[in-house]
Amino acid sequence: MSHVRRERWIAFFILLPSILLIALFVYGFIAWTGVVSLSQWDTVMPDYRWAGLENFRRLFEQAQGVAARRFAIDLWNTLFFTILFLLLCVGVGLLLAILLDQKVKGEGVFRTIYLFPMALSFVVTGVVWQWIFAPGTANYPRGVNALLHGLGLDALRWKWYTDTSGIGPFHKALIPVILAAAWQLIGYTMAMYLAGLRGIPEELREAARVDGASEVGIYRHIVMPILQPITLSALIILGHTSLKIFDLIYTMTGAGPAFATDVPGIFMFETTFQGNHYAQGAAISIIMLVLVALVIVPYLVSTFRREVQL
Amino acid sequence: MTKKRVLFGMVAVLLVAAMLLTACGKPKEAKLGGKLEIFSWWTAGGEAEGLNAMFKIYAAKHPDVEIINATVAGGAGMNAKAVLATRMQANDPPDSFQVHAGHELIDSWVKAEKMEPITFIFKDNGWMGKYPQGVIDVLSYKGEIWSVPVNIHRANILWYNKQVFTANGVTPPNSFDEFFAAADKLKAAGITPLALGDNGIWASVHLFETVLIGTLGPDKYRGLWNGTTDWNGAEVKAALETFARMMQYVNEDHAALSWDQAAKLVADGRAGMTIMGDWAEGWFKSIGQKPNVEFGWVPAPGTKGTFDMLSDSFGLPKGAPNRAAAIAWLVVCGSKEGQDAFNPLKGSIPARTDGDRALYDEYLKSAMDDFASNQIVPSLAHGAAASEGWSTAVSNAMTLFVSDLNVAAAQSAMAKACVDAGVCK
Repeated sequence: MSHVRRERWIAFFILLPSILLIALFVYGFIAWTGVVSLSQWDTVMPDYRWAGLENFRRLFEQAQGVAARRFAIDLWNTLFFTILFLLLCVGVGLLLAILLDQKVKGEGVFRTIYLFPMALSFVVTGVVWQWIFAPGTANYPRGVNALLHGLGLDALRWKWYTDTSGIGPFHKALIPVILAAAWQLIGYTMAMYLAGLRGIPEELREAARVDGASEVGIYRHIVMPILQPITLSALIILGHTSLKIFDLIYTMTGAGPAFATDVPGIFMFETTFQGNHYAQGAAISIIMLVLVALVIVPYLVSTFRREVQL
Repeated sequence: MTKKRVLFGMVAVLLVAAMLLTACGKPKEAKLGGKLEIFSWWTAGGEAEGLNAMFKIYAAKHPDVEIINATVAGGAGMNAKAVLATRMQANDPPDSFQVHAGHELIDSWVKAEKMEPITFIFKDNGWMGKYPQGVIDVLSYKGEIWSVPVNIHRANILWYNKQVFTANGVTPPNSFDEFFAAADKLKAAGITPLALGDNGIWASVHLFETVLIGTLGPDKYRGLWNGTTDWNGAEVKAALETFARMMQYVNEDHAALSWDQAAKLVADGRAGMTIMGDWAEGWFKSIGQKPNVEFGWVPAPGTKGTFDMLSDSFGLPKGAPNRAAAIAWLVVCGSKEGQDAFNPLKGSIPARTDGDRALYDEYLKSAMDDFASNQIVPSLAHGAAASEGWSTAVSNAMTLFVSDLNVAAAQSAMAKACVDAGVCK
């Protein structure tokens, strides 16, 4: 008994430094950001006078002008970006994994090619895709438009990320940005799915075939349910990436014309470090934290429960 | 252990003694020593060479001072500003730092009481008559001068392709009417009349500020920044309408380009004109074009006789570790010798009016003439006219305006930005 207790103490002391560091540098700074978001800090020098929820009100009350309008656009952009980005990553990632799982020749080569974009920094991806999707003008097309022009497909040319039109609150300019982000991270979902597929014993499929299941039926009723936890992890990890996305969009398009490709991360950065509205920037950060928490916390709770059950 | 402590104690005592000595030492002919940390975002090209040229002058005068060149690269100073803010908030200022002259310095650091006034440096060195009054006004707040400008750039220049203009029978426009007449001719010839590269939006703010000056004139334009000109007035509305009309003549992919890519459209003859600051001249020259041969320039429409200025300057933070050496640095920055060393390399003109003309090229000579005789107004897009918070709010309004061209919405957003900045009521 006492032996067990002593081991527990040792474990506690070994963990203590990292607990303290995380408490200070993660939760401490979150708390500090919370305090700043309720303050009147509006210049380069700190000012902790109480402002209540004023900084949040300015983000949501349309009558307050451009900031609220921009933030509303940002939230819609985040929603559409996240949904389409996740659909693409999960859908195409799964498709590639299934194709690779068919014991194709040169699988290793394909796997490396699909995974390789993940090794790049978002900043590099952003700059390159900015060039690729630069629209040019009618007489002098650039990037993809030059390619389409060369192929005689002029009808397909459009303004890419400089297009300010949309369908309802959805900005078409987001499409190139979503493609760039998905291009980078499809390899990641593919790798996860491929690992999952390899983990499914051949006997299961054999048994299903013996029972007369079609190949499509096997995927629907056996493979997909087994892959479900992988889908969930992929959605969580990519979901919080897309809610916080900053570097890719900042280097590729910035806020864009009429904020067509703006997201809360860019708004926060410009508000804080260009405009010196530190309290306002902290308020945006807190809202981003809440958005990510809405995704992460249910996941953490469910995994925690599962662990307790085990 | 104890030995170490004794050593530490001795060093501490020596340091205090040294500080006392520098503080009490006679200001005249006192030999300067120690370290001098100069903070800037001049890391490459002509500006870094210019900075080094000023360091050389300083080192010749004060050989015992060790200069520490603290630069932070990237983001047109954005990264440097973030680093500087952290250091200032922690009361750990460099001895002197680069900052855009005018409200970027005043609203950020002077109002926070982090700077020392340096009017005495101007008086002691007899500079008051050497700098134009318009520049002194931009540098001043509450009757004191707060930084030494090392260079001047001009924002309100229209650059044009001479071959394109001659081939299409267009002459450089001076007024908005002439501008639109020229633009129509170029458009009919299938040439983009006005090149714009507003990726990151500041180039649109820059263009709009020249339209404001051209519409309001220098006095009323200055009034926009101190609350005496009404943002809701008919003239601001007219400026917004002119800007909206100009947008019918720009390259359709302006949101994807940077200013230098827009300048390239002009250089390649795909576009006729672009309105940009005079750092564009350095860019044209860097690709091998010659002033008044391949490219020409006139003041932006309606702004003849007005010099829309921006300037890099150095200030004296409170609690500078080596104050005496920092003051000596500011003396070099403001001297004729220092400015004539820096500016030919940077491609700008001296902030003083007595620069050595032989050192500057054809364009810069014309800018020096205008600078000495014109009305001088501060630039909005480059930190001289308004606080960073205010100019960010104008940028946000422009981001929407550039695409929806809704004059009423843009005007009310800009009027509100003035109120939020605490200048208008």
